[in-house]
Amino acid sequence: MATHKSFKITVALMLVFFLSPILGIADNKTEDTTEESFNPTEMIMHHISDSHGWHFFGEGEDSFTIPLPVILWTDDGITTFMSSAFHHDVEGEHIVERNGQKFVNYHEKIYLLNEGEDELKFDEETHAALNADRPFDLSITKNVASMLLTVLVMFIFFLGLAKHYRKSKFAPKGFKNILETLVIFVRDEIAKPQIGEKKYMKFMPFLLTVFFFIWITNLLGLLPGAANVTGNISVTVALGLFTLALILVNGNRDYWQHVFWMPGIPTFVKPILAIVEILGVFIKPIALMIRLFANITAGHIIILSLIGLIFILENAGVAAISVPFALFITVLELLVAFLQAFIFTMLSALFIGMAVQEHEHH
Amino acid sequence: MDLITPEYGLFVWQVVVLIILIFILTKFAWKPVMKAVAAREDSINDALASAEKAKEEMANLKADNEKMLQQARAERDEMLKEAQQIKKNIIAEATDDANKKSEAILEKAKVTIESEKKQALAEIKSQVAEISVQIAETVVKKQLDNKDEQMKLVDKMLDDVKLN
Repeated sequence: MATHKSFKITVALMLVFFLSPILGIADNKTEDTTEESFNPTEMIMHHISDSHGWHFFGEGEDSFTIPLPVILWTDDGITTFMSSAFHHDVEGEHIVERNGQKFVNYHEKIYLLNEGEDELKFDEETHAALNADRPFDLSITKNVASMLLTVLVMFIFFLGLAKHYRKSKFAPKGFKNILETLVIFVRDEIAKPQIGEKKYMKFMPFLLTVFFFIWITNLLGLLPGAANVTGNISVTVALGLFTLALILVNGNRDYWQHVFWMPGIPTFVKPILAIVEILGVFIKPIALMIRLFANITAGHIIILSLIGLIFILENAGVAAISVPFALFITVLELLVAFLQAFIFTMLSALFIGMAVQEHEHH
Repeated sequence: MDLITPEYGLFVWQVVVLIILIFILTKFAWKPVMKAVAAREDSINDALASAEKAKEEMANLKADNEKMLQQARAERDEMLKEAQQIKKNIIAEATDDANKKSEAILEKAKVTIESEKKQALAEIKSQVAEISVQIAETVVKKQLDNKDEQMKLVDKMLDDVKLN
């Protein structure tokens, strides 16, 4: 019964998911036809980029947007206000004044206007702001809010799972059993084979956290109106840097010897190989961050493009083809959501394993 | 280009969130969960091992029982065989004894018969002698006129003897 119910919920969510961009774009279109034609790039970029408010549907003042806190760190200290203060303006026209500082939102980037200025000006050539600076923006943006949602979900899931063991020594039932199976999956299929029986325990917290964080965030990202968190380069850079930090901190003597002065090869090759290996140390986490970012963003772009086709061709009949296609891609994205979490964790474990491995001396 | 330009704010939040997640989940979730799972796996392994051991012990016990049974059977067979032997012996002895006894009885009987026979013969001898003497007496006493009368007399006397 439970599976049946959850299947229904899934179907319902998917319907909402497909309807929401259509509705959103439909609104977009009816308003835009008078001024400009439908711009798919703008629509897609809007959906996959971060923003200061959590927009669901509608346009301008009529839109349904959850305001989020804007936190700015300027030379005068920290300034906070809700994103609704901009009144949905992202063209840098609406000025928000706080403590004598004037802020504008230009394409979801917040600028602090220089004193005496009340209009944002850009250099025609370089597109750099002429009369404004960007303060350090620590706002709870849509992505940060989504991230916090993932944190909440993970706390509920795993603190709940841990609670079970305080009461019982038997295996949990139902959903908790699935969670336990996944934890064991990370341990037995990722950590143990890549890092080895002796040292895997130390890295389990990181691997488990990253695996579930990426997976749950990926899945939440597929919900209607959700943020594209793991498809944001800032997020994947942070994740990749964690892996790099673990490699740098835990790399043993053997590892660094193999990087800087590879044993067992002619001496004149050693410096060349050292350059390659040093580059490799950094390329590995960079590959991780680009892979995750590109895969998730690409998935979102494909789905949005297929839906966008309806409005590009200005024919509702296209929906008959593009909606099933988008549905297919979404189901594929469910798989990709797991796969990318798995690959990121797996490769992190592999790189860590290489760094802590005890080499047999030849 | 915005797409691939990292935003510092989001980066900082991601780092903070991940550190908090790792810290809290490690303390309150991963460690207890991993510990409990490992403990359960150990207990399952232990249970399996002890079950295996019990099975082995059971097999040993069964083998012992079988051995004991075998031994008991052998003993029983031995006892039966002995009893059979004893029976045979007893029967043989008894037969021997009986034979000996019957022989002795026969011997005794024979001896008795012999002695009786001797006695009887002696008696008969003495009787014959007596009768002979009587016949001779009678013959002598009667003056026989003719031979016929003599013969008649002898026959008559012999008949008497027979009747005796």
